[in-house]
Amino acid sequence: METILGLDLPTWWFLVIGGLITGYGVLDGFDLGAGALHLFFNKEESRRLVLNAIGPVWDGNEVWLVIAGGALFAGFPLVYGVVFSTFYIPFMLFLVALIFRAISIEFRSKEPWKWWRKMWDISYSVSSIFITLLLGLVLGNLIHGMPFNKEHEFTGTLLTFFNPYAILISFTTLALFMLHGAIYLVMKTENRLYAKLTILVNNCSKFFILCFILTSMATLIYVPHMTQAFKHAPALFILPLIAVLILLNIKRNIDSRKYFTAFVYSCIIISCLLILFAIGLYPNIIISNTDPANSISIYAAASSAKSLKIMLIIAAIGTPLVLSYTIFVFWTFRGKVKLNEMSY
Amino acid sequence: MPSVEILSRIQFAFTIAFHYIYPPLSIGLGVCLVIMEGLYLKTGLPVYRDITRFWIKIFALIFGLGVATGIVMEFEFGTNWATYSHYVGDIFGSALAAEGIFAFALESGFLGVLLFGWNRVSKGVHFFSTIMVAFGSIFSAIWIVIANSWQQTPAGYRIEGHDLGARAVITDFWAMVNNPSSIDRLSHVLVGAFLAGSFLVMSVGAWYILKGKYIKHSQAMFKVGLSVAVIAALLQLFTGHRSAEYVSKYQPAKLAAMEGHYDSLAVADMYIMGWVNTKEEKTTGIKIPGGLSFLTHGSFSEPVQGLRSIPKEDRPTAVNFVFQTYHLMVAIGITLIALTLTAVVLLWKKQLFNHRWLMWIFVWAVLLPQIANQLGWYAAEVGRQPWVVYGLLRTSDALSKKVTADQVMFSLILFTLVYMLLFVLFIFLLNRKISHGPDITDEDEDDSEHFSKRNIANIPA
Repeated sequence: METILGLDLPTWWFLVIGGLITGYGVLDGFDLGAGALHLFFNKEESRRLVLNAIGPVWDGNEVWLVIAGGALFAGFPLVYGVVFSTFYIPFMLFLVALIFRAISIEFRSKEPWKWWRKMWDISYSVSSIFITLLLGLVLGNLIHGMPFNKEHEFTGTLLTFFNPYAILISFTTLALFMLHGAIYLVMKTENRLYAKLTILVNNCSKFFILCFILTSMATLIYVPHMTQAFKHAPALFILPLIAVLILLNIKRNIDSRKYFTAFVYSCIIISCLLILFAIGLYPNIIISNTDPANSISIYAAASSAKSLKIMLIIAAIGTPLVLSYTIFVFWTFRGKVKLNEMSY
Repeated sequence: MPSVEILSRIQFAFTIAFHYIYPPLSIGLGVCLVIMEGLYLKTGLPVYRDITRFWIKIFALIFGLGVATGIVMEFEFGTNWATYSHYVGDIFGSALAAEGIFAFALESGFLGVLLFGWNRVSKGVHFFSTIMVAFGSIFSAIWIVIANSWQQTPAGYRIEGHDLGARAVITDFWAMVNNPSSIDRLSHVLVGAFLAGSFLVMSVGAWYILKGKYIKHSQAMFKVGLSVAVIAALLQLFTGHRSAEYVSKYQPAKLAAMEGHYDSLAVADMYIMGWVNTKEEKTTGIKIPGGLSFLTHGSFSEPVQGLRSIPKEDRPTAVNFVFQTYHLMVAIGITLIALTLTAVVLLWKKQLFNHRWLMWIFVWAVLLPQIANQLGWYAAEVGRQPWVVYGLLRTSDALSKKVTADQVMFSLILFTLVYMLLFVLFIFLLNRKISHGPDITDEDEDDSEHFSKRNIANIPA
């Protein structure tokens, strides 16, 4: 098989999609988290400030999901079809939640009426929480494995998705995004709102540490295939170790109110956890927990070598572009958020 | 309960038709915004800044709905059409990935600057962002239409595997991109989008003129809209003709359905209007005898392949539907040319804004390009049935194997309810924005320094 720098093409594409999903987690993670925390703020001005803190960037962040979806379609069409048709109802609800979240942000401040704003505030926060939980649930099921037969057909029911492990992962995701979002918001605000957020950040970090410990134990005990790769290459054990160290660092930086550093670390921990997940999964994308032979590997699912190569070129041209204007936009809107007549 | 196929097709048709209200508007508005802001930079007149800011807000509303309903489309391929996704992924995927990475990211990234960046970046950088957003929306159309065109006229591929495991594999990227219908369909779609956006601008301008509000602003926006619309309307004649030519060459069954032409041995007529009796396979109406023969072969007397020569299972069933949608689209296209040319002549005579009847027509004419865009797609997509990938994959074979009719029924009802709500909210908010009108800055003052002070003073409590 053709290789580039010692890695075959499906592996490269696995890395690209992993990179996109990580980008999505790091970027949309904080605005979903901010959404999940939205109702903790009671004053109208505070709500507008936290909404406008993500105002110029949330749309660009969500694009990473769209690109990741497109990349999955392009690189592993089999998986794209299998995953989305298997998770049919959850995905439809996910899409509706994405719609409601988008219009809530867009519509909320367009009218001054109290009931109107309250309605969209609730819709915004609930949809943010729902989206995060659902993302976590899908992730949890992918880690845990699902019953698949030889024809790559799902043999479980809707209830199969709601296994305790997946539910745990979905709450861990929520905790992580809430922490990530809270750190982002505390960087962007000042005065009373800042003071309130410092407390919130602290609570979020405790919530996440608890979830993190539970998830680590549950994974070690109930999901042995995730740790297989680490047994083969013990050097990889450094990664979970790094994750723990970073977590401690986040806590330390929060305590000493170095929020920018804390934010950088929370970006790294999201990446780190997704890398752990990717290592556990590789070279499979979908793990069958009834018979490992029915798992779908990247080699079975990949598009043709030619197609993968073309798309790697597209990604190689596109990624620096996307990164450069992402950085440009974040740089333009750096500093504390202020309201003006164009704000949400 | 109807079958999974019917339900999935209804759901796809409904969600894409609803989605397609928005992207053409953003593409067309994007062009108008570039002109408006360009005029502001060139002349420094506050009126252009005011209308730019006004239309950016409306652009954001439309863009938001376009994104919200567009994400549904991307994932719907996987949820409802898993076999199709597997079949075309190798080819379609690269176009979709390119769309996301080149177009959508550009558009969404710079939209933030457009909306919230007035006081944070210089005028030049803001204008640059406007251009990027406009480009982003056009790039988006390019990749999506290429993917769709590949399904109409596949090229640059080979088939691997067989039966349900078969899939199309790319052999030549540029042949895929530049497949026989890409350019014709893309230009037709883009010009249709320019019409949709510019007619919205004119509609709002005309409304203010009729109400005697924002005289300077409304005339300025109307002129910007008209300048785009008149060029687009005339161009559409040309791109439309090119599109018809490719159809006649590559999709004879669709062409025959568009003109209700059944008999392969007969000279083919071109109808101005008419009715297809699909049972008796007969078409009646006002026609140009031999018109279709002329379009296809350049001669009024040469026969054209008719529907009867195509096996029943390989030809579209809804012939009258294709016929009517196609003819209505053409009729609207001609109307748009007449409308815009009339307006241009009157503008030249400096009488345009005195003709209230014409202003009233323009208020409502915003619906015409929208309807024509929709109808054109109906004709194109229904006309290629029963194929989802022309000549290669049947729509009925393209479904997800695991999805049941109950599930699709559930999601269809869900989307119907949500989209009805979305549409009501869209119209409501659009209407509020229009009645609020542009925020007008003092005409006499020079803008720059004073302007930012005003901004600070305007911050709501």
